[in-house]
Amino acid sequence: MDVVLRHLSAFTDGIVTTLELTALSFLGALLIGVVVAAMRVSPVTALRGVGTVYVETFQNTPLLVLLVLFVFGLPEVGVIFPLFTTAVIVIALYEAAYIAEAVRSGINTVSIGQAEAARALGLTFGQSLRLVILPQALRGVVQPIGNIFIALTMNTSLAAAVGVVELTSAANRVNLMEAQPIPVFVGAGIGYMLICATAGIVTGMIERKVAIVR
Amino acid sequence: MSASRVLFDEPGPIARRRMRIATVVVGVAVAALLAVAVKRFADHGQLDADKWRPYTTWPMWRYLLEGLWATIRAAAVATALSVVGGIVLALGRLSRQRALRWSATVYIEVMRTVPVLLLVYLVLFGLPHYGVDLPLFWKLVLPLSVSASAVFAEIFRAGILSLDRGQREAGLAVGLTDGQTMRLIVLPQAVRRLLPSLVSQSVGLLKDTSLGFIVSYSELLYSGRVLATYNRLLIQTYIIIALVYIVLNASLSKLARTLEARQGFRSVGRRRLRTLVRAKAAADQPL
Repeated sequence: MDVVLRHLSAFTDGIVTTLELTALSFLGALLIGVVVAAMRVSPVTALRGVGTVYVETFQNTPLLVLLVLFVFGLPEVGVIFPLFTTAVIVIALYEAAYIAEAVRSGINTVSIGQAEAARALGLTFGQSLRLVILPQALRGVVQPIGNIFIALTMNTSLAAAVGVVELTSAANRVNLMEAQPIPVFVGAGIGYMLICATAGIVTGMIERKVAIVR
Repeated sequence: MSASRVLFDEPGPIARRRMRIATVVVGVAVAALLAVAVKRFADHGQLDADKWRPYTTWPMWRYLLEGLWATIRAAAVATALSVVGGIVLALGRLSRQRALRWSATVYIEVMRTVPVLLLVYLVLFGLPHYGVDLPLFWKLVLPLSVSASAVFAEIFRAGILSLDRGQREAGLAVGLTDGQTMRLIVLPQAVRRLLPSLVSQSVGLLKDTSLGFIVSYSELLYSGRVLATYNRLLIQTYIIIALVYIVLNASLSKLARTLEARQGFRSVGRRRLRTLVRAKAAADQPL
C-alpha cells in the first residue's frame, strides 16, 4: 500500500475526476431519461417512435464504441468539444436509455386507478403525467436508478480508454511508473468500492424517505 | 398492463388534430436534425462518394466480418464461462456452509463494484509482472468472465429463490439428497425460466468485448480502429461498426423478448422472478 500513499495525489485527482464525470453525466442522464420515458408513453405515435429508436440505439451500442465515435470521429465533421465534456455527453446519452427504461417500468407499476382518476378530473396527458403519474413512478424506481448510478460510476472508467485521466487511468499511470500492479489496482478498486458503497447507502436513505407504503 | 394506454382518452376530433400537429412538429424536428447532420458531413467533405465507396467492397467487409466473428467467439466463450461460474457462485451463496456462503458473497459484491476495465488492466499489465502472459484472446475473455460471473450468479440466485419451495421439499421427500434435488429438480426449472435474462445478459457481454480495443485483440472495434488508421476514414468506419453492433444486439434483445413472451407469466412465482430479475438487470447493465 506504500505505493498508493506515495502517489496519493495522483489517486485523489483521479477520484475527483471520476466523481465529476459521474455526477455530471448522471444529472444529464436523469434529465434525458425522464424526457425519453415520457415520450415513450405519449399519445403521439411519432414521439413514441423517436423514444423507442433512442433507447434501442443506445442500449445496443457498446459505450466504448460511442466514446470512440464521439471523441475521434466527430472532429472529422468539425464537432469539437473538450475531451472531458465529450465524455460527459456520451455517458449521459448512453445511461439515459437505461434511466428511460427504468422510469417507464415505474410508470407501468403506478396503479391504473391513478391515471383514471387524473383523467376523470379532466387533467390533460401532460398534466396527469407531470402531477400524478411521474411523482409516483419516480418514487418507485429509486432502487433501480441507484443501481444505474453504480453502473454509471463503473462505466466512467471507460473514459480512460479515450484519454480522460480518471481513477482507472491514474492507477494505470502509477503502475507504469512503479510496476507494482497488485497494490496499485487494488487501491483503485477500493476507491470504486467506496463510491459504490456510499451510493448504495444514500439510495437506501432516499428510498426510505420517499417510498409509498401501500 | 400498459399504463400508456390509460394515460389518455380515446382521442376526439380536437385531440386528433392536436396529435396530427404534434406528429408534423416531431417530423419537422427530426428532419431538421438530420439536415443539420447531413450538412455538417457535407461541409467537411465526409459525404463524398469515395469516402464511403470502400465500404461497398468485399475485402473491407471481409476484414470487418472477421472482426465480428472474433467478437462473437469471445462473447460466446465468456458467456459460457460466466454461466458456469455464475451457477457455482449462486450455489455457494445459497449454501449452508458459512465459509462457502461468505466467500461467494464477498466475491460477488466486490466484482459488482469494480469496473471491468480495471480487471483488464490488471490482466494486461499486472499478470505479466508475475510471469503470467496469456494469449490475447484470454486477456480479454478472462477479466470479462471473472466480472460477469458475479452478475450471472445474482441472476441464478434470483431464479433459484423464485422457484416454488414445494419443488425442493418434494425432491427431499422422495429421498433425493440436497445435491440431487438441486441438480435434478431446482436448477433445470430455474435455468428454463431464466433463459430470457441469460440471453439479454449475453448482449451485455457482447458489448463488453469491445474492450478488445484496449487489449488489441482484433475483435470488431479493434479491427475498425486498424482499418481507420490505415484508410483514414474515421467517422465512416466507426459509424458502420456502431450499426453492426446495433443490428446484432437488437436481434439478440428481440430473441430475449420473444423467449420471455413465449413463457407467459402466469404463476405468482414467475411474476416475482420477473421483478427480481428486472431489478438485477438494471443493476448490472452492461457497458
